[in-house]
Amino acid sequence: MYNFITGPLLWITFIIFFVGLTVRVVLYIRGLDWRLDRVAYRKYPTLGLKGALSSIFHWLVPFGSHGWRAKPLYTIIFFIFHIGLVVTPLFLVGHAVILKERWGINWPTIPMLLADALTIAVMVTAVFIAIRRIGLPEVRIITTAYDYFLLLLTVLPFFSGFMAAHQFGDYVFWNYTHILSGMALLIAIPFTKLFHVVGYFLSRAQIGMDFGIKRAYKAKGGFAW
Amino acid sequence: MPEGILCNRTPINTKEQLDAVLADKGGKQYYQEMEQLEVDVEKLQKSLQDTCKSRIRTWLEMCAHCGLCADSCFFYLANKKDPQQVPSYKILTTLGKIVEKNGNVDTAHMIYCMDTAWGKCTCCNRCGSFCPYGIDMGVMFSYLRGLCFSQGFVPWEMKIGSGMHRIFRAQMDVTPEDWVETCEWMAEEQQDEWPGLEIPVDKEGADIMYTVNAREPKHYPEDIAEAAILFHLAGENWTVPSLGWEQTSLTMFAGDWEGCKLQVQSVYEAIERLKPKRVVGTECGHAHRGTVIEGPYWVGREDGRPPAPYIHYVEWLAEALRTGKIKIDPAKKLKIPVTIQDSCNYIRNHGLKDITREIMSYIVEPGYFIEMYPNKEYNFCCGGGGGLNGIGRYRQWRNVGMKVKRDQIIATGAKLVIAPCHNCWDAIRDLEEVYELGIKWSFLKPLIIKMAIIPEHLKPQEEEEEEE
Repeated sequence: MYNFITGPLLWITFIIFFVGLTVRVVLYIRGLDWRLDRVAYRKYPTLGLKGALSSIFHWLVPFGSHGWRAKPLYTIIFFIFHIGLVVTPLFLVGHAVILKERWGINWPTIPMLLADALTIAVMVTAVFIAIRRIGLPEVRIITTAYDYFLLLLTVLPFFSGFMAAHQFGDYVFWNYTHILSGMALLIAIPFTKLFHVVGYFLSRAQIGMDFGIKRAYKAKGGFAW
Repeated sequence: MPEGILCNRTPINTKEQLDAVLADKGGKQYYQEMEQLEVDVEKLQKSLQDTCKSRIRTWLEMCAHCGLCADSCFFYLANKKDPQQVPSYKILTTLGKIVEKNGNVDTAHMIYCMDTAWGKCTCCNRCGSFCPYGIDMGVMFSYLRGLCFSQGFVPWEMKIGSGMHRIFRAQMDVTPEDWVETCEWMAEEQQDEWPGLEIPVDKEGADIMYTVNAREPKHYPEDIAEAAILFHLAGENWTVPSLGWEQTSLTMFAGDWEGCKLQVQSVYEAIERLKPKRVVGTECGHAHRGTVIEGPYWVGREDGRPPAPYIHYVEWLAEALRTGKIKIDPAKKLKIPVTIQDSCNYIRNHGLKDITREIMSYIVEPGYFIEMYPNKEYNFCCGGGGGLNGIGRYRQWRNVGMKVKRDQIIATGAKLVIAPCHNCWDAIRDLEEVYELGIKWSFLKPLIIKMAIIPEHLKPQEEEEEEE
């Protein structure tokens, strides 16, 4: 069972994840239409690239944009949540060990203590995000059950991984939960709004090109994100 | 598929149709007919299939429902943070639903879409600059307007505006003859004060071709005279076209993309016919947006630019002041608290923020210019953009929405608001009428004329004769 899950099933998961994302990226770019979008994408590669990079960069950095600066508390919570989500699974000792055992790859890792802190931070900020959804009328009105489902799906691998790593409760149960929920999360990414793991870059690049090429090429330094 | 006599899916293309809709004062019958207007689902599906591509579909799907766009919307703020005014909510429940149901929506939904797209959004694009994904709901509302228009669900005044452009190539019933006569009349009227002033029509190869807003020949001909005086003062070699003089685009506000193309084509044809070195447009925001920023795409110009360099009036004026073509009398600089209204259409959407500040530096005594907050790219819409000023059905909604601009202006303590945009100018005039702030508002042209130093050779000669 364990071998099947961490063998063929894992491979299928990775294939769906990478192929799914690739297909979506290709479809997105192919669906851009200079006439319908009213952006001369090809005509101004330099302006377009500058605009895209500036648009991505300003929003990738905490407090890098007017929007982030307008909501400092949310920004802090948002960045902690996302940093934890990305850094923990990628550089966890437990994951690196598997890479080493199976393919002999030396993967960089972060200290266990930091991984624990980030995992707890992901869970705490997720709770905060859920509370925000309930508490703020302007967020509540656009929140759907699907939003909570995705939040749960995102946090479950962290919660279960934490339980397993610290051997709280039934190790076997939590370990299986961790692996399966992690796979479910990876598979969900290309098919849900979690697609934003790459969609963010595409969408920000697009609006950045729009402003770089068309709507702000007259402004010194482009649009002041 | 029942359609009304006045409210239907066919755009106004003839004078008879136009007169019939105009005769229905306030659109009473028009809106009654709309209640019965059926949605042509097949046509809507075809539109979605042909025009709703990855950008908009991804925006709708990926929206994280985070609500960060809420505070960016002046309608949301002015309506005491009514959650139904959150931009994301507004677009998801309108266009979002149409896309989700692949066009299978009913009449009531289309009327809700219309009321939201024109009555709760001015397409100012401010929300787009606050979305972490860069989802521009103004762009989507503009797209939604196009879908609504093609289905006949368009405010009465917008249907008329689109018809005007289709028939007259102008947003009002101004014929080429009316236009040329107005120019001649204005040039004549100025002769006593400005001997030799001309409004040259259809001059080929001029340095500047000037385009206007049809309201000017129709209601404010003095604006044309003022433009002529300033070009005269600056010694410009300029002209106006007899055809293709109208720069505005109510068709853009209406979502009538075919009409947009026709209108812009008329201006571009004038450029190609007269071959000016460059084109200058009047103090209007949406005219600039329509003809300079979006227009090239409507007519399919791959470079996304008009056929000749096409600048906004503020760009020409800043240049004239910078190079000394027009000199300001230092004693006549403005010495009252002044603020400037940043027009969404050429500040947020064309990056001209520094140009208007440069003009302020020439015409306002240091210490008297006060910025609104927020400003520049992050300014709030005047409250009447996107055609909202002209739509009776949403007048009360607009008046509530204007509270944000009102409070911004009050906070500056300014006595004069300079509004180099017809729509902003109107909104601020109405704002004064509704809320009585005791402020004045103005375009740039009349202010500059009052302040400019007039060289001897341009002054009337009579004085010398009297002295002799």
